[in-house]
Amino acid sequence: MHVLKLIFRNSLRHKLRTILTVLGVTIAILSFGLLRTVISAWYAGVEASSASRLVTRNAVSLVFPLPLSYKEKIRQIEGVKSVSYGSWFGGIYIDEKNFFANYALEAEHYLDIYPEFIIPPEQKAAFLHDRKAAVAGKKLADKYGWKIGDIITLRGTIYPGNWEFVLKAIYKGRDNTVDETAFFFHWAYLNEMMKKIAPQRADQVGWYMVEVKNPEQAAEVAVRIDQTFKNSLAETLTETEKAFQLGFISMTEAIVIAIKLVSFVVILIIMAVVANTMAMTARERIGEYAVFKTLGFGGFHVSGLIFGESMFITMTGTVLGILLTFPAAKIFASELSTYFPIFIIEPETLYMDVAAGLVVALMAGLFPAWRAINIRIADGLRRIG
Amino acid sequence: MNSENNIVEIRNLSKSYHRGSLILPVLNNISLDIKEGEFLALMGPSGSGKTTLLNLIAGIDKADSGSIKVKSVEITTLSESELAEWRASNVGFIFQFYNLIPVLTAFENVELPLLLSKLSKKERREHVEMALKVVNLSDRMDHRPGQLSGGQQQRVAIARAIVTDPAILVADEPTGDLDRTSAEDILNLMEQLVVELNKTIIMVTHDPRAAKKAHHIKFLDKGILNARPQIDL
Repeated sequence: MHVLKLIFRNSLRHKLRTILTVLGVTIAILSFGLLRTVISAWYAGVEASSASRLVTRNAVSLVFPLPLSYKEKIRQIEGVKSVSYGSWFGGIYIDEKNFFANYALEAEHYLDIYPEFIIPPEQKAAFLHDRKAAVAGKKLADKYGWKIGDIITLRGTIYPGNWEFVLKAIYKGRDNTVDETAFFFHWAYLNEMMKKIAPQRADQVGWYMVEVKNPEQAAEVAVRIDQTFKNSLAETLTETEKAFQLGFISMTEAIVIAIKLVSFVVILIIMAVVANTMAMTARERIGEYAVFKTLGFGGFHVSGLIFGESMFITMTGTVLGILLTFPAAKIFASELSTYFPIFIIEPETLYMDVAAGLVVALMAGLFPAWRAINIRIADGLRRIG
Repeated sequence: MNSENNIVEIRNLSKSYHRGSLILPVLNNISLDIKEGEFLALMGPSGSGKTTLLNLIAGIDKADSGSIKVKSVEITTLSESELAEWRASNVGFIFQFYNLIPVLTAFENVELPLLLSKLSKKERREHVEMALKVVNLSDRMDHRPGQLSGGQQQRVAIARAIVTDPAILVADEPTGDLDRTSAEDILNLMEQLVVELNKTIIMVTHDPRAAKKAHHIKFLDKGILNARPQIDL
């Protein structure tokens, strides 16, 4: 108890220095937590993917379409339970800054394959019965104040012209890992329009979403699909939904690596700051440590005082940083919901925050403690006066 | 030499400091006996080796050669951890600048050495209150060093030195930072510890007035003891 009291009082001897150091640790842990959450958000699609879903796309690139005629052939392949398809629409809502993901889907089967999209039955029925109908995620609808029945116009980029949709349904995610910022409408409507304005682009899909009967046989089913279309005009590449999502991330891997590096650099910088504080503290108190040793206290006790103070300062900053991460993440999630639809602070991030705090505290106290343990008492006493 | 009543026996003690390749001899073949209940003053010019000798007797520095026995324990052969344990129970320290911990109260400062003992909290409190009573500071036990005068701080330091009931007290210029009145009070208190509690005190001082309070004065010059005649008071 005495030691804890002494550590606490020692920590507050230079209040301004302690407050500034704690503030530095708080900001560092907050930044670290947010950056780690950004990385988690990057992988959110991968985490949310299902083992029973396969994605079949053009083997050359995702930008090349596949013929609609593949659907029936895929459906007949052994191990396939259900097939649907879609195309990336890439429409703009009013202004380019209002980015959100929007697709044309073969909705009837697609929604069966994605049970994590929860749509009220009456809204689902209304959507399925109206060719110009669209569905929006709840977060997206909330962001733009959309209500059921609203007319939403998207300016086409890949598919030219202004496209009007009637919002017939708003979906919620089954849990908080489901993206609620997507917008989709009937692929048939897109295809119908394409037949009119660009017939050569009609009857083509961006990808097929395949549900397998047995997730353990997903790899074999994928091979069978690709074998079926081998040597055709549009060869396919089929992979699990997880691999498909990871493929997207690999395109931006450099950014993820940069964010990871920056998050650790932040910790290294704060480690230097706390180490500097502890070095100054220990240098000022070297005489006191000599007195402790004179009175019979050993290196264990003296280093305990230094590590204790380092731990107190760093962990106070760490706890404050963690507490501030939650409101900061909420603001972050709200402002960047279309870029990071799933922005959740994972428990692993909090464990890493605490681990970073502990490592900083230990490393910052290491050299001052070593110095205090090894200084000769007579030399330490000479520093006083 | 008759060793019956000697609490400290020093034989052929030498110590030198190394500055790079330079060797600076500080103590040269010192032999000295100090009796139990004796108040000894060590005098000499700056750099004569007084504080070094005091540090060696107190076990906070290591000799190059020779022997130091305190209460028949040969302390030159003890390891660092054994010395720390030995110091905690056998030596009380009084420094020129008091060396109190500024964030602890007078009570907590005096209690510090007892934290290494096996005494209960209640027993520790009794010991601390007794020590503060001896130095006449019972009414200041909750004050921090910054709230006390220099003389009062030195009294707290003396209370800390005696609280473990050590065999010897070592004092390095205990009045060096005090005004004349406070210095006189401290010296009287030290004298009282010798007379009433039979403590053995070894004091390093430059001040002849302080030295006159001691039973014996030893002079050190260039590392040699009794370079000037010993004065018995």
